[in-house]
Amino acid sequence: MNAVWPHLPILQVVIPLFGAVLAGFLRRPGPAFAVALVVSWLMPLIAGAMLWQALATGPISYHIGSWPPPWGIEYRVDVLGGFVLVLVSTVGAVIMPFARRSVAFEVEEAQQPWFYCMYLLCLTGLLGIVATGDAFNAFVFLEVSSLSTYVLVALGRDRRALLAAFQYLIMGTIGATFYIIGVGLLYLLTGTLNMVDMAARLGPEWAGHSRAIVAALAFITVGVSLKLALFPLHAWLPNAYAYAPSWVTAFLAATATKVAIYVLVRFFFSIFGIAIDFRDLPVAEIILALSVAAMFVASLIAVFQTDLKRMLAYSSVAQIGYITLGIGLANQAGLTGGLVHVVNHALMKAALFLAVGAIFFRVRSVQLSDLAGIGRKMPITMTAFTIACLGLVGTPGTSGFISKWYLATGAFDKGWWLLVFLIVGSSLIALVYVGRVLEVVWLREPSAALENASDPPLSMLLPLVVLAAATVYFGFETQWTAGIAGTAAKDLIGGLR
Amino acid sequence: MTASVLPPAIVLILGGLVLPMLPVRLRGFAILALPLATLLLVWQVPDGVALRAPFLGYELTLVKGDALSRLFATVFAIMAFAGGLFALNQNRVVELAAALCYAGSAIGVVFAGDLISLFIFWELMAIASTLVVWSAGPSARGAGLRYAAIHLLGGVLLMAGIAGEVASTGSLAIGKLELDSLSRGLILAGFLINAGAWPISSWLPDAYPESSWSGMVFLSAFTTKAAVYVLLRCFPGTELLIYVGLFMVFYGIVYAILENDMRRILAYSIVNQVGFMVTGIGIGTELALNGAAAHAFTHIIYKALLLMSAGSVLYMTGKRKCTELGGLFRTMPLTTICGIVGALSISSFPLTSGFVSKSMISDAAGIQRLEMVWYLLAAASAGVFLHAGIKFPWFVFFQKDSGLRPADPPWNMRAAMVLCAALCIGIGVLPGPLYAILPYPVAYVPYTAGHVVFYLQLLLFSGLAFFLMLGWLKRTMTITLDVDWLYRRLGLALARNLNQTAETAWIGVTNSAGRFARGVSSGVRRYHGTDGVLARAWPTGAMAFWMTIMLAAYLILSYLRS
Repeated sequence: MNAVWPHLPILQVVIPLFGAVLAGFLRRPGPAFAVALVVSWLMPLIAGAMLWQALATGPISYHIGSWPPPWGIEYRVDVLGGFVLVLVSTVGAVIMPFARRSVAFEVEEAQQPWFYCMYLLCLTGLLGIVATGDAFNAFVFLEVSSLSTYVLVALGRDRRALLAAFQYLIMGTIGATFYIIGVGLLYLLTGTLNMVDMAARLGPEWAGHSRAIVAALAFITVGVSLKLALFPLHAWLPNAYAYAPSWVTAFLAATATKVAIYVLVRFFFSIFGIAIDFRDLPVAEIILALSVAAMFVASLIAVFQTDLKRMLAYSSVAQIGYITLGIGLANQAGLTGGLVHVVNHALMKAALFLAVGAIFFRVRSVQLSDLAGIGRKMPITMTAFTIACLGLVGTPGTSGFISKWYLATGAFDKGWWLLVFLIVGSSLIALVYVGRVLEVVWLREPSAALENASDPPLSMLLPLVVLAAATVYFGFETQWTAGIAGTAAKDLIGGLR
Repeated sequence: MTASVLPPAIVLILGGLVLPMLPVRLRGFAILALPLATLLLVWQVPDGVALRAPFLGYELTLVKGDALSRLFATVFAIMAFAGGLFALNQNRVVELAAALCYAGSAIGVVFAGDLISLFIFWELMAIASTLVVWSAGPSARGAGLRYAAIHLLGGVLLMAGIAGEVASTGSLAIGKLELDSLSRGLILAGFLINAGAWPISSWLPDAYPESSWSGMVFLSAFTTKAAVYVLLRCFPGTELLIYVGLFMVFYGIVYAILENDMRRILAYSIVNQVGFMVTGIGIGTELALNGAAAHAFTHIIYKALLLMSAGSVLYMTGKRKCTELGGLFRTMPLTTICGIVGALSISSFPLTSGFVSKSMISDAAGIQRLEMVWYLLAAASAGVFLHAGIKFPWFVFFQKDSGLRPADPPWNMRAAMVLCAALCIGIGVLPGPLYAILPYPVAYVPYTAGHVVFYLQLLLFSGLAFFLMLGWLKRTMTITLDVDWLYRRLGLALARNLNQTAETAWIGVTNSAGRFARGVSSGVRRYHGTDGVLARAWPTGAMAFWMTIMLAAYLILSYLRS
């Protein structure tokens, strides 16, 4: 144990990488799934140990190949990083058992080992982005996760998945290019790629050359905004989510956009925020405006959707608006609300997309018109779905309420009454799109097509129930979500100029 | 978590959640035993903070007892028992489960010691009551949706208000709030929506009558009275409430007189009676507050009794309209008698419970020299007698012979009615025990010669008026329009008429309003609908275009600022 302990940051990334290679070599679905399962279940242990360490003794710094930073690559896990690592790895671990049957149902058998290989690569990339303390290394992991995501999306049975994946590839590449241009500008200015070092060198003496910094900030913000699907750069998301295999959608919705949010927060608060005074720049205003637009526009689109998966995809765009709203508020309560919604939204959206996967597994359709009265045929699935829906609306007793509470308090602290109304008002639109679905699935008589529908097998049901239960649990016990998010927010805001 | 008691709310809420899983024979037992256990727990709650729990970084006070909380919790628990007894042969288990949760969350509201726990139970109550409405079947679907939407709107206002209150004062405590800031206005608005205050009162007569024969008994008891409780707690003596209350009183009377559906009559009369309580809260003296609290207590019981008799008629005949009913006293004698006891109580006839509570409110107005309020309340008392005291029993049980010959309902429904009727008369004859549990010490004597004579005169003359004007009051097959018509039908109707030329200014105005509404809705659909610009799959080029725009926006705005 003592031998392993100091190497946790690198193990977090290397184990899934080797797992991916192994899964690729095994060439058979069963063993490949077993590898993915073992790796997924190992990850939260490592991430949890690091978060615990970061909370107890401060940030962990790991020097790859014992090269000290800023010359070598540094892996750095602070409270925020540990928080996101635990989220990503735990979601992966919880939903992994669901994958076996769902993937066997939706992906051709010959491609299933590659599916697990790509999933493990994607996990490597996502965990790597968070674990690394090096801006260029983060770009490498961003590409690892993105490329594997394109493959995962393209594995969907629907032929439109190919187009969606292609579009996502183009857009993702542009986004990554913007990011790397921004990092390149920063490298020109500072001569370093290490994030901590970068922040230290971007001191007051750069005030006269702030134009380059502003350009770098703009490039990175826009590039990452695309990755996290901030309105109006969200357009790749609905198609990618709608046509990807069900399990992939659940995984991506809970992790990929959340890691992009982590990158944004990291650059804003740990690099640029330390170097320059944000209040001189319109960044926060633009983000706030776009967030509010996302909350309303995407929610209204969701109201009219007839495909359940697309509806939830648009709802994701709207909910991401809440998260970026918290980032834009940039005060203690607001940022805590944004970060806590990262976790809460990940859990409830994973539950919702898993429920949709379970419906597809039984009914072969996720069109709302085919789902009348399905609540009576799949009661446990739809109860979990309903709980997660209530979370989306922000009903007290669910974790969604906690997020909205912090966001509203954050807006109050700034004295922005209108924003408070917008926050709570947009949840009324969420109520409309959610209520529409709940009315169909619970209050209508089941149609003949649903004759044989029933709850899915236990391996699919259990992850769903666990996630729905978490939505309720974190609505009451907030020490692990809001508590840690609050600590992270305090560290981040404390560093601002 | 520090606990010295088991929170009373938890028994009913958990009981409601496990009820559907119990075997059928145990269910009946659970429905009766849980409220009684709760009643016992209610009286175990000591004065002051009894249960705390950390949440959201605040220390929540989940249970905090005092006389006012115990008074409301007591009547809520009694009502859960009586309603459960009445509903024993309701075979929709969802309704019973939801009703238990509903009663539990209402008890949670009255024991909540801070604004956040109050809000949590408040929303639980909204969800559970929506389920009660919905469980009546497909016909209640639309009304249930409207009900849920209005209550969540109320919840939104309340939450915004509470968040503002916490942000500006840093205090979560529930206490008297001066109406001096926007956040407090929002809190008041959230409370008033649940109280059924005009103009957002139409959810009540819209949704309640669509619930099942047993569901409305539960619905009438908790939501509005929990709102009365929080108003008593937070806004006693707020002058605005006098006017709001008086408006509710007369609004309820007018619509109840016009109404044909027996359960809608009673629904409007809930608004009317809550109006009396809100007025009392607005007056704000100890006597008035005692009166409002006592009136809530007695009203819950006699309104339940009236709704049980109406529910029995509905259960046995399947009919709701006054025009289709009549002459039922021959075969439903017990139901008739219980209905009349309820009707007399609501009219505050001496020796019934309504008399000992309502007269406190009007006397408080008299003592405070609020002459107008006193006269209006006296006039309203006559109006109550007209619409609920005579009209309801007369058209349902007497009047013409409708040819229906239903028997009295099953034993449990009869037992529930007798229980409530006994409480009505018991409190009316011996008001002492009720006065003893009111929030402030009572030195009030209801049975003075002056009082009794005044009320008897009032009631006899309005009774006379009723029979003199019977020809006008005779109900036809009509539907009464309320404010909700505006948002349900007017928009559609206006849109349909758009093509006709607007001849008068009025039509012009309404048409442009309709066009605006239609424009907004079609605009939303055009941009957000499935084929709308925003919802279509964008071409890749368009996405790249937006990225460029965003980058340019950041750069230009940044350079302009720096």
